[in-house]
Amino acid sequence: MDYEPVIGLEVHVQLATKTKLFCGCRTTFGAPPNSQTCPVCLGFPGVLPVLNKEVVELAILSAIALNCTINPYSRFSRKNYFYPDLPKAYQISQYDLPLAKDGWVEISSGGKIRKIGIIRVHLEEDAGKLIHEDSGSLVDYNRCGIPLIEIVSSPMLRSSQEAYEYLNALKDILRYLRVSDCNMEEGSLRCDANVSVREKDAEGFGTKTEVKNMNSFKAVKQALDYEISRQIDLLEKGRRVLQETRLWDERESRTHGMRTKEEAHDYRYFPEPDLVPLSINPEWVNKISKRLPELPKDRMNRFLKEYGLPEYDALVLTSSRDLADYYEECVRLYNQPKVISNWIMTELLALLKEDGIEITQVKIKPEHLISMLGLIDKGVISGKIAKDIIVHMFRTGKDPSLIVEEKGLVQITDEDEVSKVIDEVILENKKAVLEYKSGKTKVMGFLVGQVMKKTEGKANPQIVNKLLREKI
Amino acid sequence: MGITKEEVEYIARLARLEFDETEKEAFTHQLDKILEYVDKINELDTSHVQPSSHVIPLENVLREDNVKESLPRDLVLANAPKKERGYFKVPKVIE
Repeated sequence: MDYEPVIGLEVHVQLATKTKLFCGCRTTFGAPPNSQTCPVCLGFPGVLPVLNKEVVELAILSAIALNCTINPYSRFSRKNYFYPDLPKAYQISQYDLPLAKDGWVEISSGGKIRKIGIIRVHLEEDAGKLIHEDSGSLVDYNRCGIPLIEIVSSPMLRSSQEAYEYLNALKDILRYLRVSDCNMEEGSLRCDANVSVREKDAEGFGTKTEVKNMNSFKAVKQALDYEISRQIDLLEKGRRVLQETRLWDERESRTHGMRTKEEAHDYRYFPEPDLVPLSINPEWVNKISKRLPELPKDRMNRFLKEYGLPEYDALVLTSSRDLADYYEECVRLYNQPKVISNWIMTELLALLKEDGIEITQVKIKPEHLISMLGLIDKGVISGKIAKDIIVHMFRTGKDPSLIVEEKGLVQITDEDEVSKVIDEVILENKKAVLEYKSGKTKVMGFLVGQVMKKTEGKANPQIVNKLLREKI
Repeated sequence: MGITKEEVEYIARLARLEFDETEKEAFTHQLDKILEYVDKINELDTSHVQPSSHVIPLENVLREDNVKESLPRDLVLANAPKKERGYFKVPKVIE
């Protein structure tokens, strides 16, 4: 029988604010345990939370970019449960009246564009971090009260690949907005997946499991693949899927059922009495929408049209806002869009990847990259030498003309000088010269190579070719 | 109305409270009385009244995203029954 998976994702994204959701504690990652806490986020008696305005605005900005309707009236609720990661014994979240609802993002799936629905976007506070040791559990409340938005997709995703595409689309959009760095390793983006399988084209849904504990986009895909085939396997054997929460085990590449108590969670949500409701009028939304940058999809389409780039180039160059900005700054200085794209795509991105850094950390300034291209145009250096120079530029951040001077990399364009070297090469390679004369024209490449070798790559290739042909 | 003993046991379990039989009987009766009393409100016709979750007519109480110094860590941990390397230490709990 043919089965199809039904997947919905719940994504938690940490908003990039300086302070927490309801208090002025810092949100710096990696601070010593419990050094960024105060009576409010520790849940001391008698304290009052006060909502961070920037959190609300970043959440509204995200909701606009995700094509959601902003609720004119929303409020906070208490979600009650006992666990040491939560000192108040309740999490302040949103329940019946979330900040925004009914949005969508576009993904490409099998060459087609699909709109994936977003059911809701709501605000909530993060919980603390637990480290389990044999002698007990250690608790760090620095994360407690960090602002999050939870983005709930509709169960429209039909494969692990679509889920992966959806996550990347979310990440690209949210990073463009600079509302979050969406770093799964540091926990600024987390993803839980609801998965079920059903007979292909069936109407209803199968029993779902909730899969947690994935710490990279790749892990989400692997966990989904595992869970889908586990469920199909059960059904094929005539057994049932148990509704439960399962944890992804990275080391064993499998999911494990979590031992849960018999009774389902009963969070007893009720309106948070310590916080007044949130009323968001159209004027406020309009004001925030002015902060909306050109989003990745739009920018890519513009790159295709305006710069005549191939689709792949446009896709890669617009994958991050900073990279696209870098590219456009280069094009502004030197109107050769495809040439610049080639250098960024093949040389610069490879260097970034090698060092594991982002474009924002790169030492090569756009104006230096452009002056290097100018040196090639003027025949001062060859394209081949430029490939060495760009590595030096990447390491040192120096001006390329300075590197050319220091390393003596100026191209030899003086015909007499090249001519001398060619004479030497002809003398040393008589056999090859004879072969060439007998019609084996391929040997030319070898002879050019010899000249380049003797000049350490500095001879101008056009001149070498021209003179060699004349001399043989 | 009619609160059952099972409901009292369930609520007690959620609140991590333990009661003996006599207490359970007593709380069942008392909770029942309290709910019966509050139920009086249903005698009012509220079909034309907007639902509200807050009694004060305020909205959008917001603060700017400005850092305030956190509590010094020795104070944060001052009342902790157990601590270790700057962490609170609790009995091992894996949900």
